[in-house]
Amino acid sequence: MIEAIELLWNTNLWAAVLRIATPLIFGVLGALLCERAGVLNLGIEGIMTMGAMTGWLTVYLGGDLWVGLSVAALAGGLMGLLHAGLTVPLGLSQHVSGLGITLLASALSYYLYRLIVEVGDLPPTIEPFRPLDIPVLSDIPILGPILFSQTMPTYLALLSVAVIAYVLARTPLGLAIRMTGENPHAVEAQGLNPMRIRIGAVVAGSALMGVGGAFLTTAAFNSFFPEMVQGRGWICIALVVFASWRPGKALIGALLFAFFDAYQLRLQTAIDGVPYQLFLMAPYVLSIVALILVARRAEVPAALMAPYRRGER
Amino acid sequence: MRLERRGDVPLRIIIFAPFMAVLVALLIAAFLIAAAGVNPLTAYVELLRGALGSRLAITEMFTRATPLILTGLAAAVAFRARLWNIGGEGQFFMGALVTAWIGHSLALPGVLGIPVLMVAGMAAGAALLAGPAYLRLRFGVDEVVTTLLLNFIVILFVGLMIEGPLRDPLAFGWPSSVPVDRDFRLPDLIPGTRLHTGLLFAIAAAGAVWLIFARTVFGFETRAAGLNPTAAAFAGVSLPRTLMGVALLSGALAGLAGSVEVLGVTAGVTTTMSPGFGYAGIVVAMLAALHPAGVVASATFVATVFVGADAMSRATGVPSFIADVIVALCLLTMIVALLFATYRVRR
Repeated sequence: MIEAIELLWNTNLWAAVLRIATPLIFGVLGALLCERAGVLNLGIEGIMTMGAMTGWLTVYLGGDLWVGLSVAALAGGLMGLLHAGLTVPLGLSQHVSGLGITLLASALSYYLYRLIVEVGDLPPTIEPFRPLDIPVLSDIPILGPILFSQTMPTYLALLSVAVIAYVLARTPLGLAIRMTGENPHAVEAQGLNPMRIRIGAVVAGSALMGVGGAFLTTAAFNSFFPEMVQGRGWICIALVVFASWRPGKALIGALLFAFFDAYQLRLQTAIDGVPYQLFLMAPYVLSIVALILVARRAEVPAALMAPYRRGER
Repeated sequence: MRLERRGDVPLRIIIFAPFMAVLVALLIAAFLIAAAGVNPLTAYVELLRGALGSRLAITEMFTRATPLILTGLAAAVAFRARLWNIGGEGQFFMGALVTAWIGHSLALPGVLGIPVLMVAGMAAGAALLAGPAYLRLRFGVDEVVTTLLLNFIVILFVGLMIEGPLRDPLAFGWPSSVPVDRDFRLPDLIPGTRLHTGLLFAIAAAGAVWLIFARTVFGFETRAAGLNPTAAAFAGVSLPRTLMGVALLSGALAGLAGSVEVLGVTAGVTTTMSPGFGYAGIVVAMLAALHPAGVVASATFVATVFVGADAMSRATGVPSFIADVIVALCLLTMIVALLFATYRVRR
């Protein structure tokens, strides 16, 4: 028991929290952007898988790490475009289309990976993003190694939270996106095209999801393997609800979740006699508990999952 | 030009839609097969031969179709009432686990034991979906996320059980649960193959679901609740009761799939016993336009793709993941096809 508490003083734990949170931050921001415009994107799990594969593959084939992230964003955006095409102009069920995107994007990723990469006993590896010590700041005791010795994509994720929060809350574009999620007819009345706004938001959000997936293969690990996203996409969908569709709260949710995940991993070795599966279950159980706690007072975008048809009430 | 909703969709169009969807999906997948340097036609011929080319292949295909019929029915039942049960995979495993658990030490003759075990598996699946359904009704928690997350929890739980209390001491290599008693194994439908009488149970389940939807008050209320909840509630349908009933039925069907797979094929439970039966069930249901009879047909198709792709992969070197690609494409092309079936273009 004392060991379990001692773990909390370990700076490695807190550095791991930020690292584990990074793909979740990208994913939850992406899902949030889609939903703020009124489109549920259950394609996230597959889009993250696709990002993980394409990002890794680009680097494996000789591309720069940043080119890898860009390709992952592009691949995610393309899948998002497909989801948007099916759900916005065609108005198909966002649930079914999203699940279809997840199935397609995952299957396509595995297929292309097998097609292009020779896999032996061990999956091939790349040289991933290295932690970057920010001069001066990383020398601060305790906080330095936790906050200022992360990989570049982690800093990018934190920056994205600020950018998305600012754009949504303070710019005309953000207002248009939020209004599309609340009342697309009002958007139309303003002379804007709600369909275009929705498509744009879904493509941009899916690109973020792709980058989140790519973090797994280009920074957290150095190889790609099936099932590696491990439900992180679904957890992001839960986190959006937990965060009441707000970027700042989404960051907190992702960090909280990552803390539990990092902590349970260390508890596994610290506590004997408890099956390790119970620890692995904890993050999923916590996500469900979090959903129950906030569900009653969730401020769901009013037009979420309601297809928009011009001139139809 | 605009789209206009058809008042009444003719049956021939509904039946035509999945064929168009499959054709388009196969066309798109052909490009991916060509990218592997293989002639798509050769690949598809190999695929068909692998699934339907011999007596053994056909029995393998139907063995694979059996759980797919049941998970497909589970999804179809739920989706009809707009209950988004994406937890078929978890319910499948729960049904399988409980069946193996009880079936290892049940002191009953086989004839009595088999139905008891199936009911136990159904109860396990139903209980697993009752939770998310309750959370939706009581707290308004979206069941998509809860059922999806439960899939991960259940598979970890299965791992915990088969490495701990239910571990088979005789199993080598990968951990497996203790097997069900030999008396409770479903008899072979065709001796010398893996095809078992579970297929008959699956088809009977499709018939039962059809009866429920076509001939009972509950089925009618479910359809009404799915089509227009407000109108249904106004007409006196209790939405919470209907939704919970649907959840129990849907969960039970997915649980039965796991139960039948254990009784008919695997005897013991492993964490790898399902190649995504629960998720594929969603595609099966959509391809069938949520119709129980259609589910049997579309499960046969999906099983053909899965079993055939393995053989095709061995013969041509195209990665067998092409099966998952084809199946996923079918889901997307099918919802588009259904859209065009229910709307018509007016100039």
